[in-house]
Amino acid sequence: MIAFLVKRVGNAILVMLTVAFFAFLIFRFLGDPVEMMVNESATQVERDELRSRLGLNDGFLVQYLRFVTNAAQGQFGLSWRNQQNVITLIGERFPATFELVIIATILSLAIGIPLGVFTAIGRGRWWAEGLQFSSIVGVSLPSFFVGIILILAFSVSLGWLPGYGRGEVVQLGWWSTGLLTPSGRAAIVLPALSLSLFQITLVMRLVRAEMLEILRADFIKFARARGVKRRALWFRHALKNCLMPVVTLTAMQVGNLIAFALVTETVFQWPGMGMLFMQAVTFVDIPVMAAYLCIVSFIFVTLNTFVDIAYAVIDPRLRAA
Amino acid sequence: MHLSRILVGGVALLALAMPATAGTLKWGASRDISSLDPYSYGDSFALGVLNHAYEGLVRYDRNLKIEPALATSWEIVSPTTWRFKLREGVKFHNGADFTAEDVQASLKRASDPKSPLRGNIPAYKGSRVIDAHTIEIDVSAHYPLLPNDLTTIYIFDAGWLKDNNAEAPTDVGSGSEGYATYNENGTGPFKVESRQPDAKTVFTKFDGWWDKTEHNIDRIELTPIASPATRVAALLAGDIDFTDQAPVQDLPRLAASPEVKVLEGTDLRTVMIGFSQRDQLLSGAANPMKDLRVRQAMQLAIDLDLINKKVMRGKSRNAGALVAPQIPGYDAALDTPVKADPEKAKALLKEAGAEGFEFEFNCADSLVNEEQICQAVASMWSRVGLKPKLDQGTRAVQTPKRSAGKVDVYTLGWATLPMLDTYSLTSQVLHTKEGSFGIFNWGGWSDKEFDKVTEASAVELDQTKRLAMEAQSLKIAKEHALMIPLHQQPLAWATTAKIKDFPLFSDNLPRLWLVKM
Amino acid sequence: MTIVEQTTKQQIRSAPSWFSRLRDSDLWWSFTHHPSAVGAAILLLLLIGSAFLAPLITVQNPYDLASLDLLNAEIPPIWMEEGQWPFILGTDTQGRDLLSAILYGSRASIVIGAASVAVSLIVGSALGLVAGYYGKWADGLLMRAGDVLLSMPTMLIAILVSALARQALPPSLREVGASGVIVLAISLSAWVQYARTVRALTMVERNKEYVQAARLIRVPTWRILIKHILPNTTTPLLVTATLNFGLGILIEATLSFLGVGMPPEQPSLGTLIRIGNQFLFSGQWWIVLFPGLQLCLLVVSINVLGDWLRDALNPKLR
Repeated sequence: MIAFLVKRVGNAILVMLTVAFFAFLIFRFLGDPVEMMVNESATQVERDELRSRLGLNDGFLVQYLRFVTNAAQGQFGLSWRNQQNVITLIGERFPATFELVIIATILSLAIGIPLGVFTAIGRGRWWAEGLQFSSIVGVSLPSFFVGIILILAFSVSLGWLPGYGRGEVVQLGWWSTGLLTPSGRAAIVLPALSLSLFQITLVMRLVRAEMLEILRADFIKFARARGVKRRALWFRHALKNCLMPVVTLTAMQVGNLIAFALVTETVFQWPGMGMLFMQAVTFVDIPVMAAYLCIVSFIFVTLNTFVDIAYAVIDPRLRAA
Repeated sequence: MHLSRILVGGVALLALAMPATAGTLKWGASRDISSLDPYSYGDSFALGVLNHAYEGLVRYDRNLKIEPALATSWEIVSPTTWRFKLREGVKFHNGADFTAEDVQASLKRASDPKSPLRGNIPAYKGSRVIDAHTIEIDVSAHYPLLPNDLTTIYIFDAGWLKDNNAEAPTDVGSGSEGYATYNENGTGPFKVESRQPDAKTVFTKFDGWWDKTEHNIDRIELTPIASPATRVAALLAGDIDFTDQAPVQDLPRLAASPEVKVLEGTDLRTVMIGFSQRDQLLSGAANPMKDLRVRQAMQLAIDLDLINKKVMRGKSRNAGALVAPQIPGYDAALDTPVKADPEKAKALLKEAGAEGFEFEFNCADSLVNEEQICQAVASMWSRVGLKPKLDQGTRAVQTPKRSAGKVDVYTLGWATLPMLDTYSLTSQVLHTKEGSFGIFNWGGWSDKEFDKVTEASAVELDQTKRLAMEAQSLKIAKEHALMIPLHQQPLAWATTAKIKDFPLFSDNLPRLWLVKM
Repeated sequence: MTIVEQTTKQQIRSAPSWFSRLRDSDLWWSFTHHPSAVGAAILLLLLIGSAFLAPLITVQNPYDLASLDLLNAEIPPIWMEEGQWPFILGTDTQGRDLLSAILYGSRASIVIGAASVAVSLIVGSALGLVAGYYGKWADGLLMRAGDVLLSMPTMLIAILVSALARQALPPSLREVGASGVIVLAISLSAWVQYARTVRALTMVERNKEYVQAARLIRVPTWRILIKHILPNTTTPLLVTATLNFGLGILIEATLSFLGVGMPPEQPSLGTLIRIGNQFLFSGQWWIVLFPGLQLCLLVVSINVLGDWLRDALNPKLR
């Protein structure tokens, strides 16, 4: 078990070092940092001085190691545009994205699981097949277009829900939450819905497939034979057995949701990390881009590693892998 | 238990955080300011926003004429020395008194080699504190426009700068944050309560302001909303009270709503197109645009009326001159827009042997409907047989190319801010690129005669003669078809109907201390 | 030639090609009995056909700046009061006929989607074959590279690559380069999936007798890989490729919507939606709606086909 742990964590660190390498390449070679920092009237001497002060004359490996050391301590330098610590900027935006992703995840489970169960037990009936078909449509709709349509329908035409921003937020220490105010809760509905649409269909299809598998299993047949009620069978016995893959999927998808939130955040002007990143792309603010890449990958890798380890704890056979 | 405590705490905080809605003005801008430090970028919009917290020695009044602010009077004591009497009894937001030391420290910071604002005070040499409320400023030559320049040199508190190690402008290269980037201490009518970049910046009323308070705003919330459609929706829904960038295409809809008031005018900003005057194009081919006939042909190909009607929805003002009528130095005789004549354009191109040449058309995204203007112009050029290659990008992407001179043809919007004088255009855009001249002369144009007239206009203290010289330099530019003027762009602000008095400024900078809700 | 060799060769020759396997399987039967699959296939054929015949059936070439007339800007669809022939679906803000722009834009989307599938399929299968067959360090390297790429969300990689690579491109290449960059941006993380599938199957196949027999008679390695092992992987690859085709189109549209994809003078569906989005509330709803619908139809029809294909090829569900 220890060997497995070491291997998994080692693997994760290796992956992060490579990601950091990409981030470093972006940071160092796309757009000369010196040219981006000085104003245009700076003399060559000033430029050279800055260059050596930033350590850009050092060897490649030395610079990379320095980048990794700083990154590990959360130091990505100053944003070229905002002149603020990149990590502070991202930290301020993290709660917004996190809340959006969490609500979207909850939505996807709350809607996806029941739908999955229904389509499984109703297999062959018109409504179940219709739902199953519409799930394909759900995977196919571009999320930005869904967002635009949601805004057009619920925000502009009906005026029920706000179509941009986070509403009123409350500070709890360094964390800012929109969930404690009515306007904040109203504001999260449309973006969370738009972000979760893809995930809902994913969960639904997974639950359906797992349910179909399990309903064919022997223990279910025995239970049926013993006269266990159908409803209890579906929701207590069968569903319980297919929750593990759903939990795994959800954990693995959090990283993807954070990345996809960039699109949602852009459409809904949601002040999260994704919008910060898109603005950094617009303004060629390389330190922010590099930091965002590292942080999102870190979340991604950490979650995946945890899932792997959790699986190994549950099922010792997997430790060999 | 733990959770419930957090929740209770949250509710308590919520009660505290809920602002009184009375007197709160929510401002939905198209973009955010990049920093609270007015010396971080020479960006007119950011300087306009920060003017609510910081002030200069002088400022523009309701008619965009210079009026005293932190200075009460000034005189020219020698050709190169100005003496300013400073206002007494002015307090900074932290309670410190305003003195000549503060002015000196601020001028030093603004003129620091690392200051991006250095170009705003090109003639500044140094300053001397005479007494607590008198300061002398040295300039490099006769320079009548010093007060205009000083409108955007906002005054910091010297002690505050020193205490917070912010005496020099923030140097991104140093890797440490500047204190002034996210802290504010000015003398203005509002102070900054909180700021979250790109999300929300909150200003509250400063009770100790020296000037008579005309506004009745307690709180300003500045929220950037980049998407024009979202901005309009937010205004219609009452989520914001004011936007300084109402999209022209949405004006009919906004005007039709009883909830919204639209304020329209013409911006001082003149949109124009410039040419490379280098020997080679970016592609390496010889540059046909050095030929006057080619530049004229390109101008004749553009149908200003059509752009005005379709792209600008009739809200722009077609231009013949390179500056707006309100700008000193403007000459009505030069302001006759060129009528489109594609046939003549084709003939001229043929005559010059430049039919169908290919060039890059560098376009950014900061002007009103710039992307649409560029496509329309490119299409008009294509129709006379030219082959423009549109290079569209954000301002941050295009600016480095432009200042490095890596452009064939480019767009430019020039409002002569903050100087509000033709000299801003002639010295920065059209003068040969040398020293502090021609920083925005991206095409690399150079004309001895033009430079001579421009330089002479800078040191002429007789206002009538000076303006005549400026008109003369504009005439030279027009004769050479140096730049193609397109239009003065529309100025469209919109507020909710509840706001009573909202003065419109043609420099497109809201001055909320003059607003009554 | 010994008898053993002969039979081996025969066996190898009679290893069914993917085409005959498709024909012999009940795939066709399944297809004809799934009305949704038939409908999707017909729709997809229509969409692809019209996109590729665009130069013949449209009233203008929307990519040719000289064919645009600003006078025709913002004409509503033909059934509305101010509608004008021949602009059936109306025009955009530059006087571009929307139907023409949609068809040309679909063509761009389809080509980019297909190219990204082709690139990632070829690169992924080649690497997967090599890694699965040789194992050892080649395998380790490939798996690690895959881990790294999969630990960065696809969308993020695509945005970064597309935004940054386009700037690094010299101006002369920018026009052609735009679609190439997008293909690269999508393929960069998509190949891993193919590589992993092929690798897993290769590891199973390489130990089978027919491969060892082929090795014995010194059939060149590349031949074993391509002629004998690769055909076994077609079924799972086909399903993945179909679904990734739809995904590629979606990513391209998203990139263009975010402003890091196709440039405005060569609008793809995503670009049209981005531009139209600025005019959403000013009455020109058609600039967003029609390209959006076309995009949805395109991806839905591909995904419905892919979904059917997965079920039909999955022996468990038969």
